[in-house]
Amino acid sequence: MEENRNIILSAKDVEVQFRVRDRYLTAIRGVSLDLYEGETFAIVGESGSGKSVFTKTFTGMLESNGSVTKGSVMFHGKDLTKLKSDKDWEGIRGAKIATIFQDPMTSLNPIRTIGSQITEVIEKHQGVSASEAKAQAIELMERVGIKNAADRFNEYPFQYSGGMRQRIVIAIALSCHPEILICDEPTTALDVTIQAQIIALIRDLQRELKFTTLYITHDLGVVANVADRVGVMYGGQIIEYGTVEEVFFDPRHPYTWALLSSLPQLGVKGEELYYITGTPPSLYNEIKGDAFAPRNEHALKIDFVEEPPFFRVSDTHYAKTWLLDPRAPKLEKPAVIQDLHEKIKKMTDKGGAFHVE
Amino acid sequence: MSNEYTDREVILSIRHVDISFDVGNKKKFVAVKDANFDIYKGETFALVGESGSGKTTLGRAILRINPCSAGEILFEGKRISGKISREEDRNVVRNIQMIFQDPAASLNERATIEYCISEGLYNFHLYENEEDRVAKVDRALQSVGLLPEHKSRYPHEFSGGQRQRVGIARAMIMDPKFIVADEPISALDVSIRAQVLNLMNRLKAEKNLTYLFIAHDLSVVRFIADRIAVIHMGEIVEIADSETLFQYPLHPYTISLLSTVPMPDPLVEKERKHIVYDPSQLDQSGAARSLREIRPGHFVFATDLEFEGYEAKLEKLEREKA
Repeated sequence: MEENRNIILSAKDVEVQFRVRDRYLTAIRGVSLDLYEGETFAIVGESGSGKSVFTKTFTGMLESNGSVTKGSVMFHGKDLTKLKSDKDWEGIRGAKIATIFQDPMTSLNPIRTIGSQITEVIEKHQGVSASEAKAQAIELMERVGIKNAADRFNEYPFQYSGGMRQRIVIAIALSCHPEILICDEPTTALDVTIQAQIIALIRDLQRELKFTTLYITHDLGVVANVADRVGVMYGGQIIEYGTVEEVFFDPRHPYTWALLSSLPQLGVKGEELYYITGTPPSLYNEIKGDAFAPRNEHALKIDFVEEPPFFRVSDTHYAKTWLLDPRAPKLEKPAVIQDLHEKIKKMTDKGGAFHVE
Repeated sequence: MSNEYTDREVILSIRHVDISFDVGNKKKFVAVKDANFDIYKGETFALVGESGSGKTTLGRAILRINPCSAGEILFEGKRISGKISREEDRNVVRNIQMIFQDPAASLNERATIEYCISEGLYNFHLYENEEDRVAKVDRALQSVGLLPEHKSRYPHEFSGGQRQRVGIARAMIMDPKFIVADEPISALDVSIRAQVLNLMNRLKAEKNLTYLFIAHDLSVVRFIADRIAVIHMGEIVEIADSETLFQYPLHPYTISLLSTVPMPDPLVEKERKHIVYDPSQLDQSGAARSLREIRPGHFVFATDLEFEGYEAKLEKLEREKA
């Protein structure tokens, strides 16, 4: 099924380095990713895993001390890593690839009205008149769920709640009809009840406007809700990817196991929660072997010597771990995430702790 | 069943507490309205709500940071809100400690870990001599899984999880009886969260601590809390022990919160209904609401009419689960 779909963006062996004082930090260590048209791909990882940095290469938004040192990002026949000036990026950043960031307050200008911030973008990108832009802006505000949009057009960001501000950020991002929408932790700064609404809004808009969504998140619950496919990042690399069902129900990389196992939803009261020991690797140093090996209780000798390649699990599911090598010992995933679906179903079915009616 | 609640030793009582802020033009904003509950010695009591619900405000009132505009707070039977003697004030500061959400923001970045942790000891002269102080710091560090040699480092040299451990060590060194933990894991990565929760549970058992655990995430609270209070726009809408709240949630706001906990299962999650809280379902007659005990230890904020509705719902749930 996947082969028949159009690839809209293709990243190949991307490496990103930052110069910090006199040292180089390799934040992204050879990441490849094909995004299919219309899908929702979620990149999940902890802070420092490189998930934001990687996607910033799609919009040329790396901090000034960082640069793509290897690899390519192909989009409509253009290698985005070759674009340098803001002028080169015109027509792509914001127009074809738009981003929604975590904190809506930092994306909006606090001393300008909501309306002017939306119309500015519409006027600039579509070259329409001010009155036409205003009409479009109000329509968009209504579309993202702002009630009395015409009345609230002239209000300032501080007069909006956090959830409503994020709706405005979404409206601005969608005002240019982007082909790819990057959602960088779009709900982390929001309350849980608002989070569900924003996620539903993005999904509805995606169905209606048919854009491709790239989610960046550390929250596996959000991933389960939104994603068609998932990539797990650790130490500047994608270490496992597959359909959302494959990654949740048949994870193969020990880091994916660990991430799933440490979810508090799976905790049993009175027992210790599973946790990952140690800390993520320093990206200043060259990483030998599997970056997760020092924290991995299942690590093999080879994990400390040689970096594993991607092994194929299915046509859609690949994992970068020596455990999938035919010579490796056979290991079961941890007990706490075995029968994950049955466990969660029990929690949400009638009689379960998370069942509601 | 009722004895279980009446026989337990109360460590902290919140008695009809209102907390309001002046917002100019002689107007007041009431952030917490008529909060009224007890916390028992040795339990983890969770206060769950969204941002702006007043949960942090109430936590800070216990620490005497926010004054109560009505009601009182008792700690071990003694009033600690309002005007109290200097000696009693010091007693509160010593016995009630806080763990903050963002460990990076709550530690002095120019001070060494040793100083950060010793600060309380210095302020209260809780050490006999230098040797004793250093020994206490070492013990506090070890109790949170850090090493004595970390003493000379600065907060920025630590990871988020380690910094939160320092924040916990800083509270523990005062040998407190009660800890207000305000979203202690929200700023941490998933894998680190579990470590900090385990640590808090272990310390609680070892030192017979009582926690007020302030959070917005019910999935975390379920794992750590003995009892849970749900707060919405300054009002406590439901209190119950943890399992009861999950098995028999009554207030529509509690139900909406439960429905929005994301579950790590794509098949379940895609089917799940998220229930949006709709206050218009409530009794609109204008009748007064109060927190009423519907079963021993299970309280719900309701008018007479709503209370009848909750009773009927609860009976139905009990029949189904029996």
